[in-house]
Amino acid sequence: MKNPSLPVNNIQMAQGAADALARAGFSRRTFIKGTGALIVSFSMGGALGTLEAQTRAGAFGLDAAPDSPPANEVDSWIAIASDSSVTAYTGKEELGQGMSTAQMQLVAEELCVPFRRVNLIVADTSLTPDQGVTSGSQSHPTNFNHGNLAGACATAREALLQLGSKHLNIPVEQLAAVDGEIRSKTDASKKVAYGELVAGKKFDLKVDPAAKRKPASEWTVLGKPIGRPDMPQMATGTFEYAHNVRVPGMLHGMVVRPSAVGANLMNVDESSVSGMPGFVKVVVKKNFVGVVAEKTWQAVQISRALKVTWSPAPELPKQETFYDHLRNQKPTRDTLLVNSKDVEQKLTEAAIVVKATYLHPYQMHGSVGSSCAVADVKGDKATVWSPTQGVWHQRATLAMLLDLKPENVRVIFRRGSGCYGINGADAVTYDAALLSQAVGKPVRIQLTRKDEMAWENYGFAFVMDERAGLDAQGNIIAWDHEAWSPVLGNRPVYTYPGNVITGFLAGFQPEEFRPRSPAPEPANFSNNSNAIPSYVVGHVGGADHGAGTVKAERALLHNVASPFWTGPLRSPQRLQNTFAHESFMDELAFRAKADPVEFRLRHLSDPRMLDVVKAAAKSANWDKRPSPKPRAVSAAGIATGRGISCVAYEGDNGFSAMVAEVEVDLATGKLNVKRLVVSIDAGPISNPDGLRNQSEGGALQGMSRALGEEVTWDDHNVTSIDWRTYHSLPLGFAVPKIEVVLLNRPDMPATGAGETAITVVAGAIGNAIFDATGARIRQVPFTPERIKAALAG
Amino acid sequence: MSLLSLKVNGQTHSIDVDPTTPLLYVLSDDLGLRGPKFGCGLGQCGSCTVLVKGQAVRSCITAVESVQGVEITTLEGLGTVDKPHPLQKAFIEEQAAQCGYCLNGVIMTAKAFLDKNPKATEKEIQEGMSRVLCRCFTHTRMLRAIGRARQEMAR
Repeated sequence: MKNPSLPVNNIQMAQGAADALARAGFSRRTFIKGTGALIVSFSMGGALGTLEAQTRAGAFGLDAAPDSPPANEVDSWIAIASDSSVTAYTGKEELGQGMSTAQMQLVAEELCVPFRRVNLIVADTSLTPDQGVTSGSQSHPTNFNHGNLAGACATAREALLQLGSKHLNIPVEQLAAVDGEIRSKTDASKKVAYGELVAGKKFDLKVDPAAKRKPASEWTVLGKPIGRPDMPQMATGTFEYAHNVRVPGMLHGMVVRPSAVGANLMNVDESSVSGMPGFVKVVVKKNFVGVVAEKTWQAVQISRALKVTWSPAPELPKQETFYDHLRNQKPTRDTLLVNSKDVEQKLTEAAIVVKATYLHPYQMHGSVGSSCAVADVKGDKATVWSPTQGVWHQRATLAMLLDLKPENVRVIFRRGSGCYGINGADAVTYDAALLSQAVGKPVRIQLTRKDEMAWENYGFAFVMDERAGLDAQGNIIAWDHEAWSPVLGNRPVYTYPGNVITGFLAGFQPEEFRPRSPAPEPANFSNNSNAIPSYVVGHVGGADHGAGTVKAERALLHNVASPFWTGPLRSPQRLQNTFAHESFMDELAFRAKADPVEFRLRHLSDPRMLDVVKAAAKSANWDKRPSPKPRAVSAAGIATGRGISCVAYEGDNGFSAMVAEVEVDLATGKLNVKRLVVSIDAGPISNPDGLRNQSEGGALQGMSRALGEEVTWDDHNVTSIDWRTYHSLPLGFAVPKIEVVLLNRPDMPATGAGETAITVVAGAIGNAIFDATGARIRQVPFTPERIKAALAG
Repeated sequence: MSLLSLKVNGQTHSIDVDPTTPLLYVLSDDLGLRGPKFGCGLGQCGSCTVLVKGQAVRSCITAVESVQGVEITTLEGLGTVDKPHPLQKAFIEEQAAQCGYCLNGVIMTAKAFLDKNPKATEKEIQEGMSRVLCRCFTHTRMLRAIGRARQEMAR
C-alpha cells in the first residue's frame, strides 16, 4: 500500500483533501516539497491511505497549525473531489467501537455516494472541526442527529441538488441525488456528476440544522451491517496504530515514576547511566524523570539503571478499611440530584423498610497495549501523534506544559490499544512531548506495563447506601440513594495538565477539590450518571424527568478526595450506580414476593425502558416467579438461577436490559455464567453488526469487571501492576452464550451505544446468584471467596 | 552490539544489535513490522506473539540472540490483505475485533495451536487460547473465527 521511496510526483490528492490542507495552512506545494516521504494518495479510497498521508504531512509539512475549521461551516466537514468522491472530516474518533465505519455510512447515505467513495479524516487539530472528546457514548447522538456531521451532509446534499437544478435547468423537485450524480427522475440522460458541480470549489454555506435528513425508511447504506474497512489491515498486521508511527531521526524514551504515591524527587544521578550504550539524555522537570536513548531496549535498560532518590511519602489509606474511610472522610463535595423532601416521612409510613449498602472498587482501563505516543517538538512548534480521546484538550494542555502557543501545537489522533476511557494516553503524550522538547528531536515512548497500571486515572470506587419503603401491597413508596466516591484529577480538559500523572509530576496541580456541604437544592434536572434510580419520577423544576413512578425520592452524592488519580472508565459512575440500584431493586422484589421482571415493569414509566425489559425477558424465556428459586441443587452441589437488570443510560441516552443465567458451586463459591441475553435500544441503528459487537464486548467486559477486576494497594504503592495481579478474564475462560436483541427505533433520535450493555452486567449476575442461592452479594468483584462468605452468612 | 542474522517471513536480515534485545523490539524498530505488538513486556498477554519454527513464542521476553538463523513468522508473514491466510480471512468475515490491538497475539496463537491440533473441538480451542488477553472482550467472535478457520484449514 505504501512505499516510502516513491517519487513525490506520484502523489494524487483528492481536491477535497488538498482544500482542507490549504485551509489548514499548508499549501499543497509545501505539503509535497517539505516531505520527500509523502507517498500515499488521498484518493485511493478508504480511510487508511488518508491516515498515513496525514501522518507524513504532520511530520514534515508543518508551517503553522491554525485553529480547527469552524463547526458551523459545511466546508469544515465535507469536501467533494473532481472524481465525485467525498472526503469527510470528523472530530469523533475510531477507538475500536466502529465509529469511523458508521460515520462513513452516514456520509455515504446522506450524500448519496457509494460507501467506498467516502474518505474520512479523523480528529486532527489542524484539519477537523473541534468536537471536544470522543467519550461518554456521545458520538452517535452528536454526529447522527441534526447538527454536526449529519447536518453538514444533509446541507451539502440540498446544495448539490440546487446546483444540479441550475446546471441542468430542471426544477429541484424533478431531481434526485444518486451515486454521486444529480439525475433527472424522468430522463436518465439528464445528469451531472458532483465533481463537475463543485470540484475545487467550496460550498461556502452554514450547516443548516433544518436541512432535510433522509428518512430511515429510505436508507440503503446506513442501518446495514457493513464490515469495517480497517479490519483487513488489522488482521494482516498492516494497520498503523500510534504504536507504529515512525518518523525519521526518532529517538526512544522511558520514564521513571516515583517510588511511592506522593514521593518527591530528591536526586538524580546521571552518572549512573551516562556511559551506557545509546544514552542520549536524562530529562528532569520538577518530579518528572525520563530518559532518552537511541533504541527502545537501551531506553529500557537506562531507565532501570538510573539512580534516583525519592523522599519518603505519607502512608496510603488502608485498603481493608477503605470503604469506611470514604464514608467518613471530610471535607466532602455534595450534590443533590432529586429531593422530594418527604422520603423520611414516607419511610415511617411504610409497611417494610429495606436498607442495603453496595461497594464498588477502583478499577482500571488496563489497555492490553500500554499507552504510546510520538512527539516532535522543535523550537516553538510541536506535532504529536497521540491516542488521546481529546486532541483539542491535548493541544491546549500540551501548550501549557511545553510553554508554547496553542496554535503552534498540532495533535494528530492515532488509534491506540482500546482505552475505554482515560487510560495512559494523555499522560504518555505529555511524556513524549517533554522528552522531545528536551532533546529537540522526535521521541517515541510506550509505557511499561507497571507505569501504565500503577498511575492511570482509575474508574471510581463507590460506597452506595440504598433505602426504600414498600407499602402493604408491595409497591415502592419512597427511595433514597446516598453515595460516596473519591476523585482526583480527570481528563485534562483545556486547562489542567495536572489532571493526569505526567502533568502533575511536571508541576501542574490537578483541578482543585472544592468542598461544598450541604448540597444546594436541585434547580435543574441532571441524571448525573444514573445517580437517580430508574424507578423514581425525577421531579425537578416542576416536571418529571425520570423513568419511573416512585414520587418520594432523594439522591445525594458526596465526592471526597482520592489518593489515586481518577477519571472516566467505560460507563463512569453509571455502572457503579446501576449495580447498586438494580441489586437493590431485586432485594425489594424479594421483600415484596414479586417476580423481578414484573416488579420492574410495575415501577417503570418510560416506554423504551419497558420495551427493553420485556424484550430481554422474552428472548431469555424468563422463568416468571419470585426469587430466590426454590432450592434445586444438583448432586454435584451446583445451584442455578437467573437475574435481570436494566438501565436508562444517563436517563435518556440509550436503554438496555440483561438477563443472566448462572451456576454456583455451593461448596466453593465458584461462579459459572452460562448465558447473557442483552437487549439494546440506541435509536435508529446505524450499523447492526457494530452495535452487536459493542453489546457483546460490553457484556463480557462487564462480566470481567464484576467477577475479577479490582485495583489493589499497600502502604505506598498500587500492587495491581500486571495481568497476574489485576484479574481480567482471558480468552480461554468459559465464555457464556451471549444473545443480543436489537430494538431499532428509526423514529427516535440516535443515542449512545458503547456504554449501555456494560452498565447492567453486575446487577444481572448478582441477581442471578441470589436467585440460585438466596445469598446476596453486595460487593464487586464477585470473587469465589466473597460468594462463599455470602453463602455462609 | 553484534551482527546477527535473522530469518523473518522468508527473508534474511543482518542486524547490528545488542544480542540481549528482546526479539519484539528488533521486529518493530529495526524491521518496521507492525504485526507483533508490545502489550506487557512480561509474556502475560500474548500481543507480541510470533512463530519460531512453528511454535508460538512471546517475542517480548525472547532475546534476539536465541532465535538467530531460525525461521520466524509474524502476522504479516501469514497473508496479506489481498491474499489473507484462512485465519485472517475468518477474522475479517466474522468482524472479530474492536480496537484490534490484540489481534496479532490471538491469530498467531491460534495458528500455532491449529497447526498442532487440526481437529480441535470448540472447548479445546478455548483452552488453547487461555493465555491470550483481549480487553475489548471480542471473545465470542474470535472463538467463532478460529472455529471457522479450523474448518477451512482442514479442507
